[in-house]
Amino acid sequence: MAVRRPAKDQPASFEWTPENAAWCAAQMKKYPAGRQASCVIPFLWRGQKQDGWISIPMMEAIAEQLSMPYIRVYEVASFYTMFNLAPVGERFVQVCGTTPCMLRGANSLKDVCKRVIGPENRVTDDGKLSWLEVECLGACVNAPMIQVSTRDSDHYYEDLTPEILEDMLAAFRAGEAVKAGTANPQRHTSDPEGDDTTLMDPSLYDGSRARPIGKLPNSDTKPAAG
Amino acid sequence: MLQDKDRIFTNLYGRHDAGLEAAKRRGAWNGTADILAMGPEWIIDQVKASGLRGRGGAGFPTGLKWSFMPKEVKDRPHYLVVNADESEPGTCKDRDIMRHDPHLFIEGCLVASFAMKAHACYIYIRGEYVDERIALQKAIDEAYAAGLVGRNACGTGFDFDVYVHHGAGAYICGEETALLESLEGKKGQPRLKPPFPAGAGLYGCPTTVNNVESIAVCPTIIRRGAEWFASMGREKNAGTKVFCISGHVNRPCNVEEEMSIPLRQLIEEHCGGVRGGWDNLKAVIPGGSSVPMLPREICDNVLMDFDALRDVQSGLGTAAVIVMDKTTDVVRAIARIAYFYKHESCGQCTPCREGTGWMWRVLSRMAEGNAETSEIDKLLDVAGQVEGHTICALGDAAAWPIQGLIRHFRHEIEDRINAYRSDRGGVSMAGVAAE
Repeated sequence: MAVRRPAKDQPASFEWTPENAAWCAAQMKKYPAGRQASCVIPFLWRGQKQDGWISIPMMEAIAEQLSMPYIRVYEVASFYTMFNLAPVGERFVQVCGTTPCMLRGANSLKDVCKRVIGPENRVTDDGKLSWLEVECLGACVNAPMIQVSTRDSDHYYEDLTPEILEDMLAAFRAGEAVKAGTANPQRHTSDPEGDDTTLMDPSLYDGSRARPIGKLPNSDTKPAAG
Repeated sequence: MLQDKDRIFTNLYGRHDAGLEAAKRRGAWNGTADILAMGPEWIIDQVKASGLRGRGGAGFPTGLKWSFMPKEVKDRPHYLVVNADESEPGTCKDRDIMRHDPHLFIEGCLVASFAMKAHACYIYIRGEYVDERIALQKAIDEAYAAGLVGRNACGTGFDFDVYVHHGAGAYICGEETALLESLEGKKGQPRLKPPFPAGAGLYGCPTTVNNVESIAVCPTIIRRGAEWFASMGREKNAGTKVFCISGHVNRPCNVEEEMSIPLRQLIEEHCGGVRGGWDNLKAVIPGGSSVPMLPREICDNVLMDFDALRDVQSGLGTAAVIVMDKTTDVVRAIARIAYFYKHESCGQCTPCREGTGWMWRVLSRMAEGNAETSEIDKLLDVAGQVEGHTICALGDAAAWPIQGLIRHFRHEIEDRINAYRSDRGGVSMAGVAAE
């Protein structure tokens, strides 16, 4: 289990922007009547995007909005590790450290972060950056990789080296855009570096697969009884 | 080797447009209304006949799972919930399906929901997959606009809504009942079973939870015929599978291959071989971090399917192949996996909450060599106490990698301990508590 506690300094209040308030109202329609508690994770996430982190007044407001006891919202906010219970940098660098990334050099990425940004979970003085080691982000064939969260995006940056990451952090600090996805020019996404070994048959893409099937295979068999 | 014509995910790498028109040209949404016209029972029969086993890790037959749902809708609605909480270390296949071939997947949601008489489907995608969530939602919006889902889906008279829901960073939500708890707005802590989700799942209603890949392959299976799918792979291990090969190979990648492909062939044909050659291979974790690792001599000949890997005391899991060459410190590699399970334990069951932390701490000491050789058996004993004594399989998943390490690499831990001692003049570790 990860032990997580709210920040010491809390704002006095929380309010949705009008745009987010409308978004919340639309989300509620996805769930059956009386099941509005299902919105708690999406709302907390939206709140985090709005303010950068999740404060106690935000949890209280969401609890009221969803007719939930406050403690149930707090329980959710403290359980799920993507919820930042304290402020993070404008670009929040999350380094995947789990074994598939570790095997391909994640520890050296962590060293770069320590050297360039500082200790984990401490925001740089200019407010631009902070970093954290996280568990498997599910991009293992493009290891090692990081996720960088800002107020309006959460992109993956893959196939990194310490040198690439260091340049990337400098660009982030300068507020420059950095291309998301793989940093390996020999790759597109999860394909092998260099030439592909599969999916090269042109007939897959010439529209022949869209031709009407006519009769489905086994369509003259009756369903088994029961 | 599987031929391209038999691959289901023809846009796995996103080299082509993921949008609706391009997906249709690749065969998605072809004859969907005709499939639905055959009726729910027929569809379930086809999926059963294809031999499809769930692609999320457990390998339970998908058609059989569907048949557990009540035959008729009574007072409570039915739900299909798709598990897109892909978090098993090593696994990144559903991500490609959702961002590059989302229409096959959405079509699968419709077909599966229709077969189970569910008019609503929730796709629970892990919180970190933000770009994938956006890509999937875009595809769903296209499908709604084209009348493929929504009211009178595909013109069949069947009303069907599909919603994307997301998590916020909790591996445990990949466990189906923890996922349902999370979807209901709670902490992701697994439920006791029974009742099983088919009896009382989401909001207490009959629910089936399936993995993304299991759902996404179904329309193609029905279009091509159950026997086409069943003809690939060994008996009881049918079909194709998206493998994720990471770690010490020359060209890590995802690739759709035939089930039962030899591990060595998979690595050499698609991944450029092991870094430094096959002889430089030390071990492979064949099915995601939860399954026990295999030493090289087993890797030489093992086949990649459920039964072959079970026979060597491991598992196919999610088919996430993590390759380790001879430079790897296997004790540290497994200690890092132990840390993962410690971090991700939901804290509900004592053996897992306490055991995962204990095992991680002991393994970390062993990685240094700072341990007693007798502790290896103690570690094995604790792993056995965690395994099978928790509500969900996370306890098992934490124990298996450690059991696999000790089974195949005990000598390496012993050597480490002996080296640590001889460096310190042969003094035994004194007065250190077990952890």
